[in-house]
Amino acid sequence: MSAAQTTKGRITLRGSTQMVAEFFGSILFQRGLYPPEDFKMIKKYGLNMLVSSDDALKAYLKQITLQLENWLMAGKLSKLVMAINSKETRETIERWQFDIHIMNDPAPGDTPAAPKTEKAIHTEIAAIIRQITASVTFLPMLEEKCTFNILVYADTDAEVPTTWIDSDPHYIKKNAEQVKLRSFSTDVHKVDALVAYRLDGEL
Amino acid sequence: MDSSASPKKAKKPANLYDRFIPNRSSINVSSAQFNLSRSGSGTELTLDTTANAYQEEVARACGISLDKRILAFKSEPPPNEKEDLRQTYGQPLKSSTTASANAARSKRRILTAPERILDAPGLLDDYYLNLLDWSATNLLAIGLNQSVYVWNGETGDVVTLCQVETPGEYVASVQWTADGSYLAVGTSDGDTQIWDPETQRKMRSMAGHQARVSALAWDKHILSSGCRDGSIWHHDVRVATHKVAELRGHTSEVCGLAWRPDGAVLASGGNDNLVNIWDVRSQAPKFTKANHTAAVKAVAWCPWQQNLLATGGGAHDRHIHFWNTTTAARLHSVDTGSQVTSIRWSTEYKEFVSSHGFPDNQLSVWSYPALTKVADIPAHDTRVLHTALSPDGQTIATVSSDDNLKFWRVFEAKPKAAKSVKAEPPPRHNSLEFRATKLR
Repeated sequence: MSAAQTTKGRITLRGSTQMVAEFFGSILFQRGLYPPEDFKMIKKYGLNMLVSSDDALKAYLKQITLQLENWLMAGKLSKLVMAINSKETRETIERWQFDIHIMNDPAPGDTPAAPKTEKAIHTEIAAIIRQITASVTFLPMLEEKCTFNILVYADTDAEVPTTWIDSDPHYIKKNAEQVKLRSFSTDVHKVDALVAYRLDGEL
Repeated sequence: MDSSASPKKAKKPANLYDRFIPNRSSINVSSAQFNLSRSGSGTELTLDTTANAYQEEVARACGISLDKRILAFKSEPPPNEKEDLRQTYGQPLKSSTTASANAARSKRRILTAPERILDAPGLLDDYYLNLLDWSATNLLAIGLNQSVYVWNGETGDVVTLCQVETPGEYVASVQWTADGSYLAVGTSDGDTQIWDPETQRKMRSMAGHQARVSALAWDKHILSSGCRDGSIWHHDVRVATHKVAELRGHTSEVCGLAWRPDGAVLASGGNDNLVNIWDVRSQAPKFTKANHTAAVKAVAWCPWQQNLLATGGGAHDRHIHFWNTTTAARLHSVDTGSQVTSIRWSTEYKEFVSSHGFPDNQLSVWSYPALTKVADIPAHDTRVLHTALSPDGQTIATVSSDDNLKFWRVFEAKPKAAKSVKAEPPPRHNSLEFRATKLR
């Protein structure tokens, strides 16, 4: 934990909420939750990434990211979930989960592992974004009108602002299928990505 | 190897030799492969949400705390489709209109007093109609209940051009042709008429709409009419079977209609909160935009940037959106704080004027693309219903249900010495100016 408190650690942690927000942005685009013309392309991590240019959506994500940052810096966060729900029935159709493991201090006797280069970290992040993009090929089409929800798994002692409420985990109720995506890690934490989706029961 | 390679089938061999020679016929190769790949990965993450969910349910039922709280962000994400009329939180945080407006205001003085006021008794207080239009020949047509009056901008004379004979029916829209030689009139009983202002005679009547014709737009010989039932018809006014196309893209009354000046694209706004962009060659909308949350009456094409369209929403929406109609992208948005009843672009400045309803019933002059407010002109006592721009682009006429027709000189041409880029305003207007001052 104290590793996360060092200055360098702070930067990485803060950066990683930014990263998760970027993942959310790409998911919203790739899964077609918002019209494609509301996104603009930027170059980052050696990739062309799409970020929203819609003011309302940007403000919404900003609010979320700010709070996530607080929690993450305090080390109160273990999971971040973007649940894609049907607008009609509110049933969860797709669930993108990012597990955040904050690395513990190495034991005093251990020689600390060589810190990862920034380039290596960026390569891992780019790999996840590529995977999100590629996952469109196996994920079922979202035929209903959909909306999304952001969930976090926080520690019980975390400070919760009034804009956040307790929620159920938004699991997919039936015919769930899961695919584990790649993970990326920095010196202070490791993020695993996972997507669960609903298989239509035509088999 | 032996035991893991053949978990079930392989029985203990009768003879043990020092070499293992697999007996392939007795080994289930596929299951062996599977088991091989599994060995040593006992800590593999369980990839089964149902199992996960079940475990957590059981834990909760037994009162075991998982030491975690699941929290959700309370507010709904911004809507992405048309039906959603909720006012979302997190509206565009553009407060630039207040801060930099003062700086912009000093650049140009705009008269906040009307140049002249005329009476417009009996004007219907209906947001969805389009009852005012100013022709290129300096004739201003206004529909007042059952009659259409034409005010001559040069002489100041007023003539009654036409009247709707059927009791209970009224004029719902007026629109001049581009050269000002004919006036199209839409009525509440679904008739679309063409009148000649010189002879004051009706040229033809094109019936067919089932409900009132509340929006009209000309493109050369094609007259497009928007109807209360949501349909848009193209009438070819030269031929006997006048209806040449029917566009169905709105489910409710069409109240804004405008052809791009080159006649290639038609933009329409409706009471179903949609903006549709139509290619002239197609009868399906090229784009449908659902960002407005109220009826779209204000639809205006930018005169200096061909593919730029501005649309303004009604009382519930209050936004003006700017669209690139080639890529369908939304370029800018501005919250005006009030119902947008019309938008007129200036040909003189990189500016536009929007007219508004409650609470201030004002005219707002905006610069584009900075979207800073150049001026706010309190215009009428009740909402400004219709506006029209004079042929020289300097004066805007506004009419409101307070029965006043007012003229505002908001886009006064720059003095010639300052900038000689712009062409001189037509001499016709100068004479109007002269006479107007003499009359007073």
